Amino acid sequence: MFNKEIESMPLAKMRELQTERLKWSIRHAYENNAFYRKKYDAAGFNPDQFKSLDDMKRVPFLTKQDMRDNYPFGLFAVPMEKVVRVHSSSGTTGNATVVGYTKKDVDIFAEVVARCLVAYGAGEKDVIQVAYGYGLFTGGLGLHYGAEKLGAMAVPISGGNTERQLMLIRDFGSTMLACTPSYALNIADFIEKKKPDFDMRKTKLRAGILGAEPWSESMRKEIETRLGIEAYDIYGLSEVIGPGVSGECSAKSGLHVHEDHFYVEIIDPDTGEILPEGSKGEIVYTTITKEAFPGIRYRSRDISRLYREPCACGRTLVKMEKVTGRSDDMLIIRGVNVFPSQIESVLMEVEGTEPHYQIILDRKGAMDDLEVKVEVSEKLFSDELKMLEGLTKNISDRFRSVLGISARVTLVEPQTIPRSEGKAVRVIDKRKI
Amino acid sequence: MKVQQLSIFLENKPGHLENALKVLADRGINIMTLTIAEASDFGIVRMIVNKPDDAAAALRENQFTCSTTDVLALELDDTPGALLKALHAFSKHNLNIEYMYAFTEKRGDRAVMIFRFDDIQAAIKSLSSEGYNIVKNIGIIGA
Repeated sequence: MFNKEIESMPLAKMRELQTERLKWSIRHAYENNAFYRKKYDAAGFNPDQFKSLDDMKRVPFLTKQDMRDNYPFGLFAVPMEKVVRVHSSSGTTGNATVVGYTKKDVDIFAEVVARCLVAYGAGEKDVIQVAYGYGLFTGGLGLHYGAEKLGAMAVPISGGNTERQLMLIRDFGSTMLACTPSYALNIADFIEKKKPDFDMRKTKLRAGILGAEPWSESMRKEIETRLGIEAYDIYGLSEVIGPGVSGECSAKSGLHVHEDHFYVEIIDPDTGEILPEGSKGEIVYTTITKEAFPGIRYRSRDISRLYREPCACGRTLVKMEKVTGRSDDMLIIRGVNVFPSQIESVLMEVEGTEPHYQIILDRKGAMDDLEVKVEVSEKLFSDELKMLEGLTKNISDRFRSVLGISARVTLVEPQTIPRSEGKAVRVIDKRKI
Repeated sequence: MKVQQLSIFLENKPGHLENALKVLADRGINIMTLTIAEASDFGIVRMIVNKPDDAAAALRENQFTCSTTDVLALELDDTPGALLKALHAFSKHNLNIEYMYAFTEKRGDRAVMIFRFDDIQAAIKSLSSEGYNIVKNIGIIGA
């Protein structure tokens, strides 16, 4: 374990630590951020009322909309000169969310990732090839700092360029590869089709650190068989810190949550009521040590279950089940979070009119394929081919720049997108996760 | 002269053109010429019909996306070099043809070409200045 004292702390002691840290964090948000103060005052909640974990239910929730409304820095609780880094979700103004980190926050971020790496069996001698995107997305830098914190060697190759990924796995002797699970399968496809002589089993690669999108046990088996590695789940969200909020251990039977930094609850997504441990529901996160951006009772919309059981690895940290569902309509496409409303706003911006559209998600090989069907109204129509082709190109260019993902735009005849009770069926997800 | 062209948006799939043409047949519309511009997923059917407004109304009632556009119909001698001469009138005035196609039937011993321009008035003017008598040809199209 990277931090044995914390990771194997008895529950009663952990609860004590959490209570103390929660008191600090709630007060920190209230006293140093105008939005929290206003929200808590309006709800009739004062940090003094928080005396024990039982009082958690009195604390108002933080939602993604709150974050959008406070774009870009409205939820920061430290002076800007103390903020040393920002990360952001993709999205237009009004849709993007921004998070900030102080030096201490960056250090905590690195530590939780380092703990995950150790749980996957990594040490100072490991070479960790980081094939998550480096940039505003938390994946690349998160894994990078975690690897350095551990004392391992980070290979900051970033995403894409599969041929080069293979070259570095071979030449640098990478032992662990951090990427999305669909990219891991994409690498397996690439080897089979283009590099049949490349034998992953002859390299030093032994584990995959896979996250940023939901994946199933069957995908795990496929990745492990085809690449000859152990595939581990790493989970996180930028609103909490980034990857490393929780991670699997050698037991592969759930992800240990780093609950000395993130307090977790399961609620009923409809009523907001806290459900007993072991129930399935929406996970709500509270950061209890973070300075720059305190996330107090952040509704993740991820559906999971929390449970405590003696783990073979010796960690006492609560486990969460692999996240496979959402309590809202957010889609995760090639690791990028996309709301249908963002797709709609791109279409409206391009056209100035609300078109009938449908989002069709499928897996082509290992990669997610996004098709957006747009009904051609008379406003969009032209007798000139170049105008219609320009329209589809314009829309797909906007998707790339606004959402950060590429989409195939298909023009279809009017009334061909099925409507149910007068409302179009907006999303068809054919992916088998 | 200017004639109205009817354009229909269709997906590039079996049976779709047939469905559109059935609507026109049921309304008693006669197609005088037709051409299709195709992209990978869709196509644009462009046609000259005897009653373009009726045709457009019938298509809209049946949920087709269509439009009518003014195009230039030009009668030409059916002899070598006749089209070349007309094209020269356009290029001389720096007029770009967006697309063009021919009538399937001849009018007497003459051919009829359809031209789509961004600025149809400029095209007509250029033809007049080159000695084409556009007005004379008006009676031949439509019905």
